Amino acid sequence: MTAAASARAEAAPAPSAPGTLLDVQGLKTWFPVMGGVFRKTMGHVKAVNDVSLSMGKGEVLSVVGESGCGKSTLGFSILGLTPPTEGRLSLAGHPIDIRSPSAWNPFRKDFQIIFQDPYTSLNPRHTVFEMIAEPMRVHGVCASRDLPEMVAGLLRKVGLSPDYMHRFPHAFSGGQRQRIGIARAIGLRPKLIVCDEVVAALDVSVQAQIIQLLLDLKSELGLSLLFISHDLSLVKAISDRVLVMYLGKIVEEAHASDLFVQPRHPYTAALLESIPTLDRGRRPKLLGGEIPSPVNLPPGCAFAGRCPRVQDRCRKETPVLFPADRSSAACFYPVGLPPVP
Amino acid sequence: MYISGMDGANQPLLEVEELSIGFEGDQGVTAITDKVSFTIRPGEAYGLVGESGCGKSVTCLSLLKLLPVPGGRVLSGRILFRGRDILKMNPEELRNLRGGEIGMIFQEPGAALNPLWPIRRQLLEAFHYHDYKGDPQQRIRTLLDRVGIADPDRILSAYPHQLSGGMLQRVMIAMALSLNPALLIADEPTTALDVTVQAQIMELIEDLRREFNASVLMVTHNLNLIAQYADRVGVMYAGRLVEESPVEDFLDRTLHPYSAGLLAALPRLDRESGAASLRPIPGQVPRPADYLEGCRFRDRCPHAFEACVAKPDLFPMGSSHTVACFLYGPGGSRTGRESLDPASTGTGGPDRRSGARRPAP
Repeated sequence: MTAAASARAEAAPAPSAPGTLLDVQGLKTWFPVMGGVFRKTMGHVKAVNDVSLSMGKGEVLSVVGESGCGKSTLGFSILGLTPPTEGRLSLAGHPIDIRSPSAWNPFRKDFQIIFQDPYTSLNPRHTVFEMIAEPMRVHGVCASRDLPEMVAGLLRKVGLSPDYMHRFPHAFSGGQRQRIGIARAIGLRPKLIVCDEVVAALDVSVQAQIIQLLLDLKSELGLSLLFISHDLSLVKAISDRVLVMYLGKIVEEAHASDLFVQPRHPYTAALLESIPTLDRGRRPKLLGGEIPSPVNLPPGCAFAGRCPRVQDRCRKETPVLFPADRSSAACFYPVGLPPVP
Repeated sequence: MYISGMDGANQPLLEVEELSIGFEGDQGVTAITDKVSFTIRPGEAYGLVGESGCGKSVTCLSLLKLLPVPGGRVLSGRILFRGRDILKMNPEELRNLRGGEIGMIFQEPGAALNPLWPIRRQLLEAFHYHDYKGDPQQRIRTLLDRVGIADPDRILSAYPHQLSGGMLQRVMIAMALSLNPALLIADEPTTALDVTVQAQIMELIEDLRREFNASVLMVTHNLNLIAQYADRVGVMYAGRLVEESPVEDFLDRTLHPYSAGLLAALPRLDRESGAASLRPIPGQVPRPADYLEGCRFRDRCPHAFEACVAKPDLFPMGSSHTVACFLYGPGGSRTGRESLDPASTGTGGPDRRSGARRPAP
């Protein structure tokens, strides 16, 4: 083992398992809050605050939480679009120097993103062909003369007619635009796609189409999906594993098959209770209060102020992710289990 | 006139009769809604459901004559509120109606409130235009307390940009309720909000409805909300009402192929996980210029047949359930005793309202 390799091994106490596509350890993304006459840094918005996760090939991992919990920032930070402040990140087994914005460049081809809003994420002055072909040209996916054929194939793959190739985005509906966004991402044959609220702006009937398309492409191309969403019902339908975020931290990590049967963190339980269903006899249980400001977080558990199971200990000590049966939960008093000693 | 008001609870509060709304464009007037009719009784919660562009929001706006000017206008039909035609009211009568007898909660509270006025001034405005025997200052505090705002002083002196979406939505609800309206119109009241806040707001509207026996017209694309908070539901597609029913009966017997498709496409917590649990409706919502002759859903409908090139009327299907589809009614192949399977090739109907509930934590 070379010195550099051994140093790297020491720096990473939890080496990622073989086949790990994405490994994130202690990732923090803080935004400074300026104030006062001299615009001094008064504090930080801790959008992502010490998050660790890893993803394997072909996996669908969902990150859920309410607005402002940091789920989108997490996705952006992993791709270097919002460079993280601190932490370790390795893509396809290669550690990334998070201080260097160019460190992500060799991995752009393998790690792609589909954005939330199909109305602002497509350039209105570019035709569909230009938008899909540009990244393929930049990354040298194929010879220029083959591009029209490749783009036509991609459009067919996402369910659009290649005849639309030379139209501009304004000619398309929301669902069709999102298909163009998907074609642009899969054109580079990526290994992982970050899907940031990709169906939030779409109608229910079209939403299901886009989800089906993503899952079909996933099996066909062996993709991994990091699916960022606020919609727990949707997450239930598509995920293998789920991370629940609250105020920049992961509060629960579980397999989808466990999370929706037996949530362990009181916040997850409260989220599930709040969702209306077709069951007319059921009344949602209300979670009081609102998410506190992520600038000045109180000591202890960030959820303590709204938690129905809160105890004195929760206001003094900060819980980390403890194992909770088959899941993990950042809670001293997990639902349905004895307290953490 | 007075005698008819003696009928009591069965006298409808709001009657919308064959309402067609159009927008003027470069190529003349495009009809957005086509002869939409429904009635709301006192104390009833009516849910109008449909996807974007189906005409549900313009229908709402027209009820208070708030269609965008210039452009939007009512092409035909009547809107009767307590027997009076809203479309024929003079400005004075309209002013009494708006914020008085009818309160409205708009879709985006951030856009509907005046950014230059503190909340106090906006809440007090309604009292300038309506008779109120009491202290408005006292009243707005009571209202804020009622909508779950714990520190009214901070909220009253704040400007809209200083408050969160959930807070602004509560302020809007307080405003809509200032004068105890008989009808509350809520246009996508919780679309921009998180689920935990959505639950708070919906429960609040439900409590207030019970307390004041107000009627609610709830416009949403979320069938889950309809199931939980509405008494009757009207499903709109491409500007037409395609199915109307009491909610219980609608969930037991979903008859129109579009309604059944919407339910099958809805991600649901009470359904098994896995991609197979979502069944999309093929195609997309048409734009008004592309509306088909006859049934407007027929190009996306797995059950479409020759008859669908004609326009289906709403057929009565028992217990005040109506459906605009040729599968039913005279000459139809279905009895309508059970839900329609949204996909003709599917295996059995969707497992709606199955007993597979999460155990309570």
